[in-house]
Amino acid sequence: MSSENALVRFVDIQKSYDGEALVVKNLNLDVAKGEFLTMLGPSGSGKTTCLMMLAGFEPATHGEIFLNEHPINRVPPHKRGIGMVFQNYALFPHMTVAENLAFPLEVRHMDKSEREQRVKRALDMVQLGKFGDPRPAQLSGGQAQRVAVARSLVFDPDLVLMDEPLGALDKNLREQMQYEIKHIHENLGLTVVYVTHDQSEALTMSNRIAVFDDGIIQQCDPPPVLYEEPNNAFVAGFIGENNRFVGKVTEDSGDTVKVEIEAGAVVVAKKVNVEGVGSRSTLSLRPERVTVDPEAGSLPNIFSGKAEELIYLGDHIRTRFTVLGHDDFIVKIPNSAAHARLKEGDTVNIGWNAEDCRALDPSD
Amino acid sequence: MALPIYATTGQRIWHYTYLAFCVFVLFFLVAPLVAVIPLSFTSSPFLNFTPEMLALDPDAFSVRWYKALFGICDAVDDSASTMCHNKWMTGAGRSLYYAVCSTLLATFLGTLAALGLSNQHMPAKRAIMALMISPLIVPLIITAAGMAFFFARVNLSNTDAGIILAYTILGMPFVVITVTSTLVGFDRSLMRAGANLGGTPTYNFFKIQMPLIAPGMISGALFAFITAFDEIVIILFIGGPDQHTLPRQMWSGIRQEISPTILSAATILVLFSVLLLTTLELLRRRSERIRGITPH
Repeated sequence: MSSENALVRFVDIQKSYDGEALVVKNLNLDVAKGEFLTMLGPSGSGKTTCLMMLAGFEPATHGEIFLNEHPINRVPPHKRGIGMVFQNYALFPHMTVAENLAFPLEVRHMDKSEREQRVKRALDMVQLGKFGDPRPAQLSGGQAQRVAVARSLVFDPDLVLMDEPLGALDKNLREQMQYEIKHIHENLGLTVVYVTHDQSEALTMSNRIAVFDDGIIQQCDPPPVLYEEPNNAFVAGFIGENNRFVGKVTEDSGDTVKVEIEAGAVVVAKKVNVEGVGSRSTLSLRPERVTVDPEAGSLPNIFSGKAEELIYLGDHIRTRFTVLGHDDFIVKIPNSAAHARLKEGDTVNIGWNAEDCRALDPSD
Repeated sequence: MALPIYATTGQRIWHYTYLAFCVFVLFFLVAPLVAVIPLSFTSSPFLNFTPEMLALDPDAFSVRWYKALFGICDAVDDSASTMCHNKWMTGAGRSLYYAVCSTLLATFLGTLAALGLSNQHMPAKRAIMALMISPLIVPLIITAAGMAFFFARVNLSNTDAGIILAYTILGMPFVVITVTSTLVGFDRSLMRAGANLGGTPTYNFFKIQMPLIAPGMISGALFAFITAFDEIVIILFIGGPDQHTLPRQMWSGIRQEISPTILSAATILVLFSVLLLTTLELLRRRSERIRGITPH
């Protein structure tokens, strides 16, 4: 992405709270206009700190943040004009819903009729048209969440930040809100920077996901790329489920490498992020990319495995195998007539393509 | 608090002993106040219940001490003529003036101090807090003596400004304590939300924070007011003849001329306090209802 249509640019950002440990280490990230970018990572990975620096609540220790090509390090939060949905919604408890929404408009000295019109429009947008009068304590969690979204949009900001806004909702409501926020984003052409630790939420909503760990963006890509082509062992492990083997590279043939897992067992894998012959590597393989009982010779990797545990999940059967000395190898077997019915304790051949098995950094 | 159905005999005995104990404590707290009220309606010039009063004889009761209190003189009443002056009313006026001024000042300064002390980046928080609330802990007589010496040096003795400052110092710890405890429950992200929505820090304080910590400010102010209104030690040390407050009038009244006027003054003060507390409790409930907290 060229930096010309970037709405937000983080340039060499570092952040330390105590002057010693860096919470954010040299962050460089562009957010394009109209993009839905999610910062995803475990707690303590620096994602929320980045959002707080963008909102202006935390100063950057080093580096510069640009908004619309203007440096904003020295702009106080109330002059940034960025909308934000807080983790606990942060609705003003002593004001009604309508007063909460009118707050940013009053600050901007908008006249009363325009204020009322905008408040109504924002409430309609989150399907709360008739909910202007109650106070926040009288709302359900889902309604409060919608009010928080409406309040962050009511003054027409270009950029909206969301800090784990759906964390407090139950599963069904959370999924519904994910779609609603996604639709609002699309309809209004907003730019959204969204922070979450929930990977399915990130995959559902985002144009791009920046995976944070240890203060560093491990990978920043659209969801399909992130899931199917993880660049390193952390991303492979954090996004979705994966089976992993650790071994030593014995042969490097450009696109693929051969990795010896244990004496005699060599796996052919796609070369992604390994140094070469002799170095250690983590192999990552998605459970749905494993074929049970393949024809001999049809796949480069075929090994014998023993089914240890079967869990019936309706659309697929989650099966745990012991393969190559690992007893935590998971295979998702689709529940269809074409597939073999296994029993616990059965020994079958399982196999996979070199393409689907990614040779990554040793990780630990 | 009802006993559970499975309570043993021992627990029942203990429970009723406990209830009786509570009743006695409340009785000893309230009885002296209640006793004052009928006694203030006596027609005799002495501070005790006459046999006529106990027999509910209408002639034994009168409002003459209230008249004396408010400076309404009975022409025929010569036994209390020495009391028939306006010292009570001027004293009450003085007390009210000092209490209101010092309460306003103490609430303002105390709230500022509490806000600063609850900032997480504030250094030496505990030491400053201890210093702030020391007027509550240091014996009043020591504070008073210290102030007497110090105020004499800076020409604040025998001045209204001196008294107001002294009462502000006495009242501020209450405000600091109540506002600090309200701020513990205050959600800081609300201020961030206010800033994010475009409000300047000052605007956000008045629009968001102050309405929410107002119950703490009000109850702190109430304590500061009561403290200043019935203060006697400091006024004796630093007050001059012009600073003749109501407690001072009661003090000199009870020493020089024991008359039931003091009882009528006490009765009015009790009623005044009850009214003040009731009003504030109603206000507090209202503000909690507005914030959606169920009253308890």
